[in-house]
Amino acid sequence: MSLDLTPPQLSATEEARRQIEICNACRYCEGFCAVFPAMTRERAFADGDLTQLANLCHNCRGCYYACQYTAPHEFALNIPAALAEVRVDSWERLARPQALARLFQTHGVAMAGALVVALAAFFWALAALRPETGAGFYAYLAHNTLVAIFVPAFLLPLALIGLSLRDYWREVGGGRVRLSHVLRAFDSAARMKNLSGGHGEGCNFEEGDRFSDRRRVFHQLMMYGFLLCFASTASGTVLHYGFGWEAPYPLLSPPKILGVPGGVMMLAGTAGLVWLKLRATAALGAVRVWGGEMAFILLLGAIAATGLALYGASGTALVGPLLAVHLATVMVLFLLMPFSKMVHGFFRLAALVAEAGKPAPAGGGE
Amino acid sequence: MKDWPETFDLAVVGGGNAALCAAITAAEAGASVLVLEGAPAPYRGGNSRHTRNFRCMHRGPMFPLTGAYEEEEYLHDLMLVTKGKTDEGLARLAIRSSEECLPWMQAHGVRFQPSLSGTLSLSRTNAFFLGGGKALVNAYYNTAADLGVKIAYDAQVSHVHLDGDRIAWAEAEIAGHPVTVQARAFVLASGGFQADLDWLARAWGPAARNFLIRGTPYNRGVVLRDMLDQGADSVGDPTQCHAVAIDGRAPKYDGGIVTRLDCVPFSIVVNRNGDRFYDEGEDVWPKRYAIWGRLVAAQPDQVGYALIDAKSIDLFMPSVFPPVKADTIEGLAAQMNLDPQAVRRTVDGFNAACRPGPFHPTELDGLRTEGLEIAKTNWARPLDTPPFYGYQLRPGVTFTYLGLKVDARAQVHTAAGPIRNLWAAGEIMAGSILGQGYLAGFGMTIGTVFGRIAGKEAAAHVA
Repeated sequence: MSLDLTPPQLSATEEARRQIEICNACRYCEGFCAVFPAMTRERAFADGDLTQLANLCHNCRGCYYACQYTAPHEFALNIPAALAEVRVDSWERLARPQALARLFQTHGVAMAGALVVALAAFFWALAALRPETGAGFYAYLAHNTLVAIFVPAFLLPLALIGLSLRDYWREVGGGRVRLSHVLRAFDSAARMKNLSGGHGEGCNFEEGDRFSDRRRVFHQLMMYGFLLCFASTASGTVLHYGFGWEAPYPLLSPPKILGVPGGVMMLAGTAGLVWLKLRATAALGAVRVWGGEMAFILLLGAIAATGLALYGASGTALVGPLLAVHLATVMVLFLLMPFSKMVHGFFRLAALVAEAGKPAPAGGGE
Repeated sequence: MKDWPETFDLAVVGGGNAALCAAITAAEAGASVLVLEGAPAPYRGGNSRHTRNFRCMHRGPMFPLTGAYEEEEYLHDLMLVTKGKTDEGLARLAIRSSEECLPWMQAHGVRFQPSLSGTLSLSRTNAFFLGGGKALVNAYYNTAADLGVKIAYDAQVSHVHLDGDRIAWAEAEIAGHPVTVQARAFVLASGGFQADLDWLARAWGPAARNFLIRGTPYNRGVVLRDMLDQGADSVGDPTQCHAVAIDGRAPKYDGGIVTRLDCVPFSIVVNRNGDRFYDEGEDVWPKRYAIWGRLVAAQPDQVGYALIDAKSIDLFMPSVFPPVKADTIEGLAAQMNLDPQAVRRTVDGFNAACRPGPFHPTELDGLRTEGLEIAKTNWARPLDTPPFYGYQLRPGVTFTYLGLKVDARAQVHTAAGPIRNLWAAGEIMAGSILGQGYLAGFGMTIGTVFGRIAGKEAAAHVA
């Protein structure tokens, strides 16, 4: 009988709505994360409500393993996958142009292709634009050339993400933003509260129904490593323009003190995330973007590895080729920010800020 | 028939909360343990997978419980629902032991959360499992596996062979293959018989075929029947089951918590003929939901219809299926296959009997009808604001009362005395304590307390 009742192919949003309405009549999972308390505000779910819930969800999978209604039960709930599909859909729908997001979110090979193009471009640049003077890697590409290439490559994608977030805010009905909302969102992201499982023992990512904190640990290594590397670059800029202190920098300088540990953390974090992703059940996420997600993690790992290698190769003939490879990976990351998994950080923060701005969830009667 | 290759110290029949508490306790005491779970792995855990909390005695605040809940109050609450149909000695044992169970549960992987939204009334008495009963079941299966307990899924025990005052072996079918299980001790924790509709129909009458079964389809009482046939002492009314009124569109089995409907106090409820049959506003819903299964079961075709108007639709927990909706009472009745004129007359009569006054959805507001043969004594507001909504109600069976009589060591007896190597825990013996009615979270208390006792006794027996 259940076969006859199987609805025709639902869109990601329709399927999520079907599942969330069943979910909202149960509420056993309220303690796992922010999604379930947020759900109790509604009895009916508009598309924007589902977009918001989907971007609040960190895919910890606690609710899947605790659920009485997963397949083979006829309700066939798989909330982590349903919300993952809506989440990726929202990143694609709100991106501009959408086609680029659909391409790079889904296909790891597209990202690899972009990397090949970037590599070719930088090897050409190193050959064609090599300055007559300069120390360290500025001997290969002048500081002004680097700035001229990377500042727009960083700022333009950020501007596109800004436009997406504006649309997101409208879609989910976000209210006026207060500093307290932003602080609460950053606090949550800084500690990855929503991957704690509610009990602090982590999520159900790579070991079935057993809890593990590995995903939170590796993600934070990667994220804080990335932020340290970003701070390293920023500190270099400040030293360069503010103090006239130009690269190469010694080990005991802000760019190196920040960048070397940052690179090592990124490398460890990305290696861990790759390992977890290979062990985790793909069907509890958005299956169609598995390749795109994996390519994104590998890209971050490649940035860290080539950055560290570049430092290690100081003064050798390898600096030139390593510089080209490193710059190419960074360039692909920057240009694809609005179209790759990188965008999840921006949407996640927006969702956390929007959630912080909503009234505290009120319980239903019984 | 094939013999299981090894002889275990303990074989546990069943795979829910009580079974796992017994298996874990025995394994920690050094026993080799086999768990025979009748369901396939995705449905493991019996009715425990549908539970959500544990009623726990405590003398002061103790996470996640607030305040204190002492033995006498707990027992008083039990006496109220069972109307004295309980073995007070066993009841006090369950209540007293519940306090030490909470830390034991945490030490074995169960995690708790503050009271769920809509259940604040239980925050003092009931500890809610983080993620619900299936999360608890998962934690116990992991703990058991780490202790070396062997788990056989899809293992349906058909016969537990009584030879004198001992159980000699058990016959089971594991994944379709007949197997004889040898063990030095046995614990029966295989639940009640509520999923066997034929048995229900014999006990209750043919109307039982229209009942929905809220929990697992695997609790068919095969081992219970087998033990009763071999002369085991029984307890509990064999004709009774605990039923609540649930959404009539729920699956036949395993609909669980989401099929509940909390709308009755804000509705009028009519039967197949369009007539009201009971005071919908007699008391707050947590104190009344348990009687509505029986009330609906007594109506023609075992069905009721709760009718609500737009004023009240947001006053209760969301339903799993959307309500039937119409702009007129007649339209609503027609959509629910009721006689529109009959329903119209009932609603008109009810509306005319309503009196103005303050309405308080969360407390007994005394807003009652006047002059009706069947009064509504609280929350009586006319159904006058479209759109109108309707839910079909059917009895949903939660558990049955007939079980094995046990003593304070959870041991099973025959007229000749105790069966030396047989213990029982959980729903299969809960009738000893819960002779009538139900107290939220008490099934898990009985299962945990007697599961642990059974495991300890069985391990001591084989040591």
